[in-house]
Amino acid sequence: MNKEEILIIEDEAQIRKLLEILLESNDYKVWQALSGKEGIVLAANHPPDLILLDIGLPDRSGHEILKELRTWYNRPILMLSVQDKEEDIVSALDHGATDYITKPFRAAELLARIRSALRRSQPGPATACITCDDLQIDLAARTVKKNNEPVRLTSTEFNLLALFVKNEGRVLTHHYLLKEIWGPGFQTETQYLRVFVGSLRKKIEDNPNQPRHLITESRVGYRFI
Amino acid sequence: MFSPLQLSIRFQYLVSILLIFLVSGVSYYLTDYTGYRVVALVLLMTVSVLAMLFRILPVLLAALLSALIWNYFFIPPRFTFHIDHTEDALMFLLYFLIALINAVLTIKIRQAESRARDKEEKETTIRLYNTLLNSLSHELRTPIATILGSVDTLKENRDKLSEKNQAELLTEIDTAGIRLNRQVENLLNMSRLETGLLKPKPEWCDLNELVHRVIRKYENPETCTLRFEPDEMLPLLKIDGGLLETVLDNLVQNAIQYHPGHALVDLSVRYESNTCLITVSDHGAGFPEEEIPRVFDKFYRLPDSKTGGSGLGLSIVKGFVEALSGKVSLENNKEGGAKFSLSIPAEASYLKNLKNE
Repeated sequence: MNKEEILIIEDEAQIRKLLEILLESNDYKVWQALSGKEGIVLAANHPPDLILLDIGLPDRSGHEILKELRTWYNRPILMLSVQDKEEDIVSALDHGATDYITKPFRAAELLARIRSALRRSQPGPATACITCDDLQIDLAARTVKKNNEPVRLTSTEFNLLALFVKNEGRVLTHHYLLKEIWGPGFQTETQYLRVFVGSLRKKIEDNPNQPRHLITESRVGYRFI
Repeated sequence: MFSPLQLSIRFQYLVSILLIFLVSGVSYYLTDYTGYRVVALVLLMTVSVLAMLFRILPVLLAALLSALIWNYFFIPPRFTFHIDHTEDALMFLLYFLIALINAVLTIKIRQAESRARDKEEKETTIRLYNTLLNSLSHELRTPIATILGSVDTLKENRDKLSEKNQAELLTEIDTAGIRLNRQVENLLNMSRLETGLLKPKPEWCDLNELVHRVIRKYENPETCTLRFEPDEMLPLLKIDGGLLETVLDNLVQNAIQYHPGHALVDLSVRYESNTCLITVSDHGAGFPEEEIPRVFDKFYRLPDSKTGGSGLGLSIVKGFVEALSGKVSLENNKEGGAKFSLSIPAEASYLKNLKNE
């Protein structure tokens, strides 16, 4: 099997070096760009399987590069961001970034995010039944089982869970979730989301206070794993 | 000593004149009992009081005015500026001089005091700055030294080091990196506070979840036990969850770090009369009572406390809680250990009418 190819667009030489060694030793082929401009040219000439894009580039902001890439590039784009910049992260996710990771990041976490993003980008066999650890979700029959026991969900709870399951491993922003479930005009009603995530957790998590599936990404959104 | 009142200069003139008139008026009716010379002392005292509070020009005006009034209304022959006795003339002259000297001296003392205060403030700032530098150079250089030293050892003694030692050095590098990151975070938070850039962004928060998130971060069966009994009836609260999480993070970390042996920390969250009440209570040594008022000061560290802290954590806690319009207090538990209590005003959402179907 061919190695999967990853393009790193990052101006910091040390981070590039680190990523290169980490990714190559995990059997990825690595391309590097030092600036947004170079990254776009490289990606156009040789579309990679995944792009790691730094939000704070010297020539143009990562956001602009992201928008430009997204006009034609539909494989995963992972944003590298610094901490305390939730607005940047939310904006990037709302503009088509697949996921994000904050610096300083741990190698295992980065690899897990990359694997998850690559896996999701491969269209798997179309199936209405999805199994996730102890959960079985039948999107067609709108039923959920936990440890083979049926779980009763309300219609809104099911819609929310279905949205999460279809985007497994991916961060969904508050804004996106509210728009998808409650429709335009509800994008700021985050308390709806909190309430329904809370009631969903009570039904699908072993311990709703220590969720394993429905993970909170502080100030950004939720991730289903 | 009084500080100069922040009144407009026009108002100071007005008060000076009125007060002299008032005191003179009262004295006028008492002259029969006291004699006119005592009036001079009463007026002198009035000018002195004004000098303590007002700027120099209104005080000089008061001095001049009172001298003239004393001469005109009190020194015989009354209702003339004429003075019969040499003794009275001398007293009038002395009165005028003493009033002037009094005014000038009082104001000079005031200026000297304010200069001393400025100097003291400047010295405090310099002292704090030095503490910052000392604490910073220690807190940042220790992990850096660990990283560089470990890396050198690993590079140069590859063959001589046992696998176990190599693994240990890597763990040291790891710990040092985490410590460095934490200190940088503290410094960034401190500078956000100092520059006044900290603007809370309230959003609906599930505080039970927030507390559990902090607990999960520090939970470690080898070093600590964190206990929390969530209140299932707690409503969603509109609060800046990011700031509050940093506050709890610092308090929990502080409790664990200075706890002798296995740390036992209790957390609680309640909502009462539009206020969110949070406590973080440990079972460690507690704080010496006399040190409690100072623990939230910047760079403050308990005397003889072990290294590994910058003295910023609790001052960030206080700053962030105040940015959330709340209050933080510290007391020792009767049964030992310290208890931090936060009270933060917050809007609640019970969403009883939300359709869930």
